Amino acid sequence: MKKTIDRREFIKKTGEGAALAGAVALAGACAPKKTVESLAAAAVDNNAPDVLETGKMELRTNSTNGDKVSLLGYGCMRFTMKKDKDGNDIIDQENANNLIDYALAHGVNYFDTAPVYLRGQSEKAVGIALSRHPRNSYFIATKMSNFQSNDRKLAMQLYNDSFKNLQTDYIDYYLLHSLGGGGAAGFKARFEDNGVIDFLLGEREKGKIRQLGLSFHGNKESFDDMMALHEKYHWDFVQIQMNYFDWSHADGRRNVNAEYLYEELDKRNLPIVIMEPLQGGRLAKPAQSVVNRLKERDPQASLASWAFRFVGSYPRVLTALSGMVYMEHLQDNLRTFMDFKPLTDEEKTFLDTEISDLMANFPTVDCNDCKYCMPCPYGIDIPGIFMHYNTCVNEGSFAQSKEQENYQKLRKAYLVSYDRAIPTLRQADHCVGCKQCIPKCPQSIQIPRQLRRIDAYVEKLKQGTL
Amino acid sequence: MLKKLRVILAALVFTGITLLFLDFTGTLHHWLGWLAKIQFLPAVLAVNLIVIAAMVLATLLFGRVYCSIICPLGVFQDGVAHLSRKGKKGKYSYSKEVKWLRYGVLALFIIALIAGLNSLVALLAPYSAWGRIVQNILAPVWQWGNNLLAAIAERRGSYAFYTKEVWLKSLPTFIIAAVTLVVIVILAWKNGRTYCNTVCPVGTTLSFFSRFAMFRPVIDASKCKNCHQCERKCKAACIDIDGGKKIDYSRCVDCFNCIDNCKFGALEYRFAWKNGASAADKGNEAAPADKTRRAFIVGSAIALGGSAIPARAQTDEGPIEIEGEGGFADIIPKTAIKRQVAITPFGSESVEQFYKHCTACQLCVAVCPNNVLRPSKDLKHLMQPEMSYERGYCRPECVKCSEVCPAGAILKITPEEKTQWKVGTAKIQPWLCLVDNGEVEECGNCARHCPVGAIQMVQKEREDGKTVRIPSVEEEKCIGCGACENLCPARPVSAITVNGYLVHHKA
Repeated sequence: MKKTIDRREFIKKTGEGAALAGAVALAGACAPKKTVESLAAAAVDNNAPDVLETGKMELRTNSTNGDKVSLLGYGCMRFTMKKDKDGNDIIDQENANNLIDYALAHGVNYFDTAPVYLRGQSEKAVGIALSRHPRNSYFIATKMSNFQSNDRKLAMQLYNDSFKNLQTDYIDYYLLHSLGGGGAAGFKARFEDNGVIDFLLGEREKGKIRQLGLSFHGNKESFDDMMALHEKYHWDFVQIQMNYFDWSHADGRRNVNAEYLYEELDKRNLPIVIMEPLQGGRLAKPAQSVVNRLKERDPQASLASWAFRFVGSYPRVLTALSGMVYMEHLQDNLRTFMDFKPLTDEEKTFLDTEISDLMANFPTVDCNDCKYCMPCPYGIDIPGIFMHYNTCVNEGSFAQSKEQENYQKLRKAYLVSYDRAIPTLRQADHCVGCKQCIPKCPQSIQIPRQLRRIDAYVEKLKQGTL
Repeated sequence: MLKKLRVILAALVFTGITLLFLDFTGTLHHWLGWLAKIQFLPAVLAVNLIVIAAMVLATLLFGRVYCSIICPLGVFQDGVAHLSRKGKKGKYSYSKEVKWLRYGVLALFIIALIAGLNSLVALLAPYSAWGRIVQNILAPVWQWGNNLLAAIAERRGSYAFYTKEVWLKSLPTFIIAAVTLVVIVILAWKNGRTYCNTVCPVGTTLSFFSRFAMFRPVIDASKCKNCHQCERKCKAACIDIDGGKKIDYSRCVDCFNCIDNCKFGALEYRFAWKNGASAADKGNEAAPADKTRRAFIVGSAIALGGSAIPARAQTDEGPIEIEGEGGFADIIPKTAIKRQVAITPFGSESVEQFYKHCTACQLCVAVCPNNVLRPSKDLKHLMQPEMSYERGYCRPECVKCSEVCPAGAILKITPEEKTQWKVGTAKIQPWLCLVDNGEVEECGNCARHCPVGAIQMVQKEREDGKTVRIPSVEEEKCIGCGACENLCPARPVSAITVNGYLVHHKA
């Protein structure tokens, strides 16, 4: 009874008139919902028009070949999955189609995939979705992911399969996947000694590859090596990890400030593709104090939008890749990149200093759950452990000292949620330190060391010696 | 009135002690732990003279109130009998004391106790029987219920409940528990307190004192109208109206059902010190003991005894269920290894003293949070717990078993003391070590997790010519907690395993 009256009052206030109010009172529980919805719709109509309807996607021009590329690029490393009849995880193709159609309709025209994504399923799914549209309405980026071995045969197979999977006879943006770890020597073994780079240069000549570039993960020295190779091979573009945290807060030992990468590439007039603009999603889900600070600044803006606007504000950036698994991610990103508003210098500084400094205080692990390290031969759920740890740190459910006010509660929360998230036998204490995971990690995380750090923390919690 | 009081007290004690066995968190113990300590057998084994004296005194004063209020198995039988007899009035009748069985079992019990055959002791003793029934039959149900709540809590983001792994700790013990339960239920269903007055060694022991109880139910022959209501209501079958309106006080458990049922006020619980201590013994040629019943009793006793020799069961290892999508390496479960000397808990001081005092009540097994304690399958210590590390290890901060043991088998220790005691020592089998056999270049997981730093990583030139670091145990420091064994990556058998010490000592 009370509810109806409240609703009635609400309707009166919105000025819809007595007739409608009567209808609500008569119609019972179901109908009023509809009415309220229509009211909400009316309210939206009164406001500014939705950017998704009227806005224009921000386009950047590739200085190498003049391509007009959308500043929002579609990262295809993750899609929603479902089970096939044998119980295997497969991409929900219908959902992927819907997302890609919607993205294309709103001006997104750069799609980034790789043979290794989703255990090989990503390229196929992207191929199916995109082949339903005119080939000249989008750019395809895929990669040479020859990680398993330096055998030329593997490289050739990966290369040829990409064309088949993507149902195309040319690739717009072809990247040497994840360079940097081994520096010049690593490059030599992976691409030069086996003649793969010469082959790819030839393919570029033939036009089968329109743009040849590389994706980079590593420290300053290895980046300098890659830039030295530019003299020899003339990269058309480079993909780097850049976000407001990594701009000037990289640890320097195993990764490098994005500021340095950006400036080096800018000097060489190389178009830049941005990966990890959200630092593996962590900038969209930061610690509560960071959330509060950002929301204080702009209660309407999504946390992710800050990160996207940061990278988009740099003119050399061709496109910023975002892995959009759900429609709400896509729509939120579209709202950022349609009628794009770059950050002011003051806002950039706010993110790079105040917010990032705040974040640096949290001992999170730089894991973005890419699962390249998996499967661990000893069964450890490496990304699971890191994700759980990061979540606890960021949510503040992280005991720091026995003297803390709610220590017992936090201790229990961590230990119980740890057991829930990770089966006992896959927890950090089972890591033997074989180091097989380290070279596989694009973030160059010293995985065994981080696992030990977390294990030591758990041990302190269990023993009550924190 | 008296009956009501008895029922209320019994319900409280019974619920408390049963919860004690179910509560795997060990929290209830702080409030209810004393309930286990006032049980007869634990008190005897712990040489808890105060409790024993109090019990004897209570029996001398009030009769076998222990059997009706304190003993969980006794109360359980009353519950079963109540269900079976509801609506069917007066089905019991007087039966003669089966002396040979009663005293025979007691003699056997005492011999077993002295000889240290605690498995046999545990088989006969009511407290141990109830403990194993709860731990083996009821606890899994309780834990599944908890896990359901944990799943709900997880959905709601609450940490109030956490999942408890349910696993079959010992098949023989489970079977014995199941058989015990079935036999007890049948006996109680058919004839009330048969077990208590024929098999139960505690009941027989207390009967020596209850004969002389100061307060007891007494029949006033002048008021008695021979209606037999009391006799028919007597679960202990100890009221003999036809044979002289007598009560066998050695078997009366003071349930007061008779008093409540006498319409003529002929029965009274009162001070009766002088009134013939041996009154009961004279009740002789009443109804001849029912042959079939006797046979049944003997049969069930044999069944109880027979179950002490179970088939040697297979290991309790099942495949570990791993959830999550692809991308995980399979993990081979560890097998329980045969240890030269059993590892007994920290605080038990020696294998001998542990097994001598242990009532096999399973209380420690119930609270062990690390899946270390389980009933032994070794015939000599059947049902008595032992430690093994394939599912977890004896964590340095945990002393729960020492807190709950009512029998003095595991003496109370603190976590600080724990790391100073040695219950065994680790030994390396180099051919299983992944570093030693060349599977990995480095590991050291055992050394990293040793709580006392007893494992040193030493250099060794491997067969392939590489210099690697392999573990070595400093036996003087090792306490035998099993962290190394549990966390060793070698599967299904760890490269480092713990053997117990016959006598524990300080490190």
